[in-house]
Amino acid sequence: MRLPWRNATYADPASERSRNSETGVIHLQGVRCDYGNGAAPALDDFSLLVKAGEFVSVLGRSGAGKTTALRVIAGFERVTAGYVRIGGRLAGSSFVHLPPDQRRVGLVFQDYALFPHLTVAENVAFGLQSGNGTLQGRNERRVNGGSGKADRKSRIEPILEMTGLTGYERRYVHELSGGQQQRVALARALAPEPVALLLDEPFSNLDRELRSSLRREVREIVKRVGATTILVTHDREEALAMADRVAVMGQGRIEQIGAPEDVYRSPVSPDVARLVGPCELIPGIVRGSRVETEAGRFPLKFEGGALEDGAKVQALMRASELEIAPSENGVDARVVFREFRGEFTEYSVMLPSGVVIRVRRRSAGALEDGERVGIQERDGSDIIVFPV
Amino acid sequence: MALAETAQLRPVPEVTRLRRRPPVALWTAAGLVGLAAVLPVFYLAVRALDGGAAGAAELLFRARTLDILISTAALILTVTFFSMAIALPVAWLTMRTDMPFRRVLSVVSVLPLVVPSFVLAMTAISVAGPRGMLQRALESPFGIERLPSIYGLPGATLVIVIVSYPYVLLTVRSALRRMDPSLEEASRTMGYGAFRTFRSVTLPLLRPALAAGALLAALYALSDFGAVALMRYETFTWAIFVQYESAFDRSIAATLSLVLVALAVVILLAEGFTRGSGAYHRISAGAVRPMRPVELGAWRWPAFTFTMIPVIAGLIIPVGLLLFWLVRGVTNGEQMLPLWGPTRNSVYVSFLAAVVTLAAAVPVAVLAVRYRSIMSRLIERATYIGFGLPGIVVALSLVFFGVNVALPLYQTTALLVVGYAMLFLPAAVGALRASLLQVSPRVEEAAQSLGRPQWRVILTVTLPLVMPGALAGAAIVFLMTMKELPATLILSPIGFKTLATSIWGSATEAFFARTAAPALLLILASGLPTAYLVLRDRNRNSVDVS
Repeated sequence: MRLPWRNATYADPASERSRNSETGVIHLQGVRCDYGNGAAPALDDFSLLVKAGEFVSVLGRSGAGKTTALRVIAGFERVTAGYVRIGGRLAGSSFVHLPPDQRRVGLVFQDYALFPHLTVAENVAFGLQSGNGTLQGRNERRVNGGSGKADRKSRIEPILEMTGLTGYERRYVHELSGGQQQRVALARALAPEPVALLLDEPFSNLDRELRSSLRREVREIVKRVGATTILVTHDREEALAMADRVAVMGQGRIEQIGAPEDVYRSPVSPDVARLVGPCELIPGIVRGSRVETEAGRFPLKFEGGALEDGAKVQALMRASELEIAPSENGVDARVVFREFRGEFTEYSVMLPSGVVIRVRRRSAGALEDGERVGIQERDGSDIIVFPV
Repeated sequence: MALAETAQLRPVPEVTRLRRRPPVALWTAAGLVGLAAVLPVFYLAVRALDGGAAGAAELLFRARTLDILISTAALILTVTFFSMAIALPVAWLTMRTDMPFRRVLSVVSVLPLVVPSFVLAMTAISVAGPRGMLQRALESPFGIERLPSIYGLPGATLVIVIVSYPYVLLTVRSALRRMDPSLEEASRTMGYGAFRTFRSVTLPLLRPALAAGALLAALYALSDFGAVALMRYETFTWAIFVQYESAFDRSIAATLSLVLVALAVVILLAEGFTRGSGAYHRISAGAVRPMRPVELGAWRWPAFTFTMIPVIAGLIIPVGLLLFWLVRGVTNGEQMLPLWGPTRNSVYVSFLAAVVTLAAAVPVAVLAVRYRSIMSRLIERATYIGFGLPGIVVALSLVFFGVNVALPLYQTTALLVVGYAMLFLPAAVGALRASLLQVSPRVEEAAQSLGRPQWRVILTVTLPLVMPGALAGAAIVFLMTMKELPATLILSPIGFKTLATSIWGSATEAFFARTAAPALLLILASGLPTAYLVLRDRNRNSVDVS
């Protein structure tokens, strides 16, 4: 029986969810994480709030601290400042450290880390063993008298089916393909019904084709079970395509977070812009509502207030916002390289200063190498600028 | 477990921390093991300087000491050279060619390892010694009354090469197995023949493994006691033993032991030097593709014969001779050694040694693999002392330690087992370390994030995964203990006879035939598990055998 004045525990999903919708299932505030070797901290003033059922991807270069952030959430690294709350409960701060086995966070490792001495079914059922250190585990044991073998089997069946592993229960993991191992890792992490699911570059070991189909499938599964999910990746396509929100990480902290479209459309810094899409930054000067560059004059877009006339800026040249056409006057820009991509062709265009920008064009009416071209903004596009 | 219950909100001290701090219990245990490994050797040095530095120096610079040094060095050099000269071709022939019966041979060629050197020396003397079988067989047809003497350097070299070349063979072969075959294939496509490819590609790549194997052979030659004693070849081990047995002043034995320690250090340094940068010894990960064996053509049978020679000399002749002695002894009702008591004692102490050594190896290996730091590396290195030190030195240092510091331990099986553990700890640490390295820490973390506290992760994930390696390590310690002679002679309580010491007792009195039953038992007891280990290793790591 639940008494109203007692703190809600994990055993009651309804109360958990309602609480989490306000405070976030995962909440990191001002987290700092040092490895204590005198180097710069892996995380510094890192803050992230993930709401119930949300899918957030963390995009960053290798070495930015993405994996450290996941390991801090999972409890494998301690924080030296700030705090980590999981499901509303304080899990980590400079004086508190809840060990990983009591956090109920599912983690899918980059190399899967499946148990080689166990079968697929045993791997998936691993987190369901009675007596695991969670509050839920203890409560359930008290109520049900322990989760028996039959009970475990019935609990993993739907997960195996959902991940397409039915029929493979008795196989050992080394007998499976890479994609199947990936499914086992996901099923294993989901089986104990974790508070949140963490995915650490889960698709990086798969070939391109498999990656995109598994991506879709994983998102579907995660959404179906309503798991709160954090994906870290250095693959911008993956980060933008899968998530409800994208958090772009700089060195040790999050630079920008928002819906994928918003982050792509309005990056807050050149770094973020470079991370979310291929681009080139060239110097420019503000002239009224336009920016003047060596590539031409374009309508500018700047969200940080008004820019003075004549201010020096960096203009973001992205293939998706530019167009080229053969032209004999204007700036001296020439095609130096082209890559046929089927539907469209991507041209590398060299500007007078030697900077090469890339522009896409429908494949019909190909331009020749060395051909002189004029550069315009695509219809309705503005060129994003950053003040220097 | 209390740990899991109280760890809910565990306070963290405010000092800057390392990435992963090892549990205090682990630290303490590993530290104690490391200390125990160093202490007796330290004590040996103290004991040697007992009679004053001047006395020790005087002893060191006697002409006889120099003689012993020269004999020992000569033995080490010949053994190392011939071990490599046999092991390298045998390794290549069994791994890379179409030599007849190469699968059988790849196991059989390792097996001389299981014959204790004193048993082999005994059979070698009765075959090729004065009035031995060979001479008698040659006397009537050819009138040969004297063969060149087997005693001295030739006999000692012969015996020790045969029992130590398998160490070189094993290290070279495992390097060959892991070598990317495409390197050799690339050489072939550039017009190099099989033998030129071996010389200019395979051999340079094998250099580190060859050096490691040569190190094992050299250390073995340095530490062997039984064969040199029976072959009457005076090296340090024998001289130390004689001093220890006869002289009242044991500081002489201690001083000589220190010279032996210095020699071991020189060998270890030499190996490090030849290894050089070693960075080119890169091994590609993952399963190795099967490779087309080199066709030997007309050389198939000569190759087979070459591979068989050490096997015949080191396994077939001794075992045959022992069987002959056994049958003759039983049918003629000759006096034979009692079997039951020594066997029981051997198995008993070997089992204890295996358990104790493994238990001591666990904290050291876990610390070295999972919590890398200068301290953990130092502790691991300390346990390697037993690897470089001859059994007789470790035994002596423990005697001194027992007599002067821990008298209740002196002349007990406990001290004997401690001696074995010190000697064979590197083998156990090595085996455990290798299998721990195979277990990704991510796998342990996965288990923990699925809700299992750390101690249960160790029990349900880590331990099952390293179990094969741990058992292999324990098996190796068991086998080495069964065969170990000088440490057993010096450390075992009065009246405590093992298979090895009872064989030794009869052998020194030249009652060779009496030793047949215990010697065969000893060979069998170490041979079966060794064959298993070799087979397991071969099947696990390679597809080229199938």
